[in-house]
Amino acid sequence: MASLELSDIRKSYGATAVLDGVSLTMEAREFIAFLGPSGSGKSTLLRIIAGLETLDGGEVRLDGRRIDQVPPGDRGVAMVFQHYALYPHMSVRENMAFGLRNVGVPRDEIERRVADAARVLEIEVHLDKKPGQMSGGQRQRVAIGRAIVKHPKLFLLDEPLSNLDAALRMRTRIELAQIRSRVDAAFIMVTHDQAEAMTLADRIVVMNDRKIQQVGPPMEIYSRPANTFVARFVGSPAMTLAPVELVPDDGLYARVRLGDGAEIETRVPRSELPAGGTLQIGLRPESVAVAANGAATTQAKVELVERLGERTLVYARLSDNRAITAEDEGYSRVNVGDTVGLRIDGAAAHLFDAEERGYHAEARPE
Amino acid sequence: MRGGADRRDWSGLLFVLPFLTAYLIILIYPLLSGMALSFQRVDLFGGGRFVGFDNYARLFADETFVRSVLNTFALALMIVPLLTVIALSLALALNRATRGAAVFRGVFFSSSVLSVTIVTLIWRFVLAPDAGLLGETAQAIGAEPIPFLSHPTWSLWALAITTIWWSVGLPMMLFLAGLQQIPGDVYEAAALDRASRWTTFWRVTLPALRRTLVLVVMLQTAAQLQIFGQAQLLTGGGPGGSTRTMVLFIFESAFARWELGYATAAAEILFLLIVLITLTQYVTTMRASEGEDGR
Repeated sequence: MASLELSDIRKSYGATAVLDGVSLTMEAREFIAFLGPSGSGKSTLLRIIAGLETLDGGEVRLDGRRIDQVPPGDRGVAMVFQHYALYPHMSVRENMAFGLRNVGVPRDEIERRVADAARVLEIEVHLDKKPGQMSGGQRQRVAIGRAIVKHPKLFLLDEPLSNLDAALRMRTRIELAQIRSRVDAAFIMVTHDQAEAMTLADRIVVMNDRKIQQVGPPMEIYSRPANTFVARFVGSPAMTLAPVELVPDDGLYARVRLGDGAEIETRVPRSELPAGGTLQIGLRPESVAVAANGAATTQAKVELVERLGERTLVYARLSDNRAITAEDEGYSRVNVGDTVGLRIDGAAAHLFDAEERGYHAEARPE
Repeated sequence: MRGGADRRDWSGLLFVLPFLTAYLIILIYPLLSGMALSFQRVDLFGGGRFVGFDNYARLFADETFVRSVLNTFALALMIVPLLTVIALSLALALNRATRGAAVFRGVFFSSSVLSVTIVTLIWRFVLAPDAGLLGETAQAIGAEPIPFLSHPTWSLWALAITTIWWSVGLPMMLFLAGLQQIPGDVYEAAALDRASRWTTFWRVTLPALRRTLVLVVMLQTAAQLQIFGQAQLLTGGGPGGSTRTMVLFIFESAFARWELGYATAAAEILFLLIVLITLTQYVTTMRASEGEDGR
């Protein structure tokens, strides 16, 4: 059964539209990440679901019940705020109990739920502290605890990890995944960090420019981006995009020519491509390898080398001055200024038409 | 090495010297010489004569003085709680970004810029039982006008109302500043926690305003214990000494009866009272508030 249904959500501030007809259906217990750059409308959408913003049009339903006109506290959702938003004058225990006390949950039930949450989050020894006496990571746990004790149908997480340092962020990410598996509820997390979205979410909703750009499981978003925005936004470093010409022949798959004349045999069925119009090729760094001249598709001049340890990223320019990102082994001997051969894996190439829509290699038979 | 450090210390002192000089001359010297004066019998034309605690003993036996102390306390108790509640209510009502709220903030603050002379003049017009606004209104609905300026109890209230009207602006602004320090997401969290408006006020807003509240109460207590202009101009301390405040007593002793030592002794008592009361307020209210700075 669907847990959350959004249909045709519209929102504008004055003349500025921030959400333009957003629709989405969530499965029960699903974890969805809203991924997008600043100003893409992802936080606004989360706040509309929470009831902290009104909507101008559309409907929000949770477990079949329409909730968009219901006050925030009566919606059956709990939210974890980016800056925690703990009550500074209450102890950790009171912070967690506050929402339960307000709806008249019996005292021993409150104590039981707070104790359970504190044990799961390992903050039992801090229960009598005030938020000001705790570290950022501990406050984050309290904020999560405050949401858990309410037993909501839907958790809303607003950039929950963005205030933590790198090490703590990794740890909390794993803990979030564990909490998620223990709790019988759906999750929505807003983030601009694609690693968080990829690792935690069942499905990612990529948002940009007031609209949903693509909805799908993380690997589908990565391997079959719907358009150039998704292609560039997901994946680091970003996918190389370069204009190409379709080579006319009668093969099953599209054969394209780069600006420097190199030809690439893709796995995109020729029949799917629109007739006429310009095309762009999309190449992830891992499908462009530094290769000896004999095996190379084309040549490029190296501009920057980033050694990441297990692999090396090579930023280079083709002879027509197009930038391209390639990958090499960890102990790469490539230096800035070298001209190197690049072997392009045509089977992993993506094509984008004039409307920036994506075309991909035929799905691998499973 | 030591010499160098010393020289640095002295050159630092040089920078604060202008302020220190003014501070010593304008504040510390009068404070000390006032203390000295309170142990002397002295008038404006001759030198003083040391009399020990004579002035203080006379003060405690002086019914007029004791009455003035009680009047002052009564006024402070009437003014400070009411003023605080009204200023906080106004701040809560006007803590929004609308044009209307901005206009009203200006309106409620505007009374603070008036001088006490104008304020008492205005309230004379309002309170006068025969021709004032309240008197006319009472007569229009057929009621007996309240003798605000000639009845012992009512005239204290007249002073209190005038003072509240005059001084509500600053505490309101302090509360507004305090309210704007409270982050909005805490209120959003409270909304998701199904806190009623009343609960939100008591559990979120008021604790966050605690420091401001203490500040307002302390400032107002110290200010209202020194209430003077309104009493002198509105009621002249009457009727029958029922509105004579401590500062008015000091003023009359010093500049009507020319008993400078006696007046200074009364001023020292007022000084001690203010220090004691505000210190007590500070200590009792600021306890157990550590760990509340962060969120």
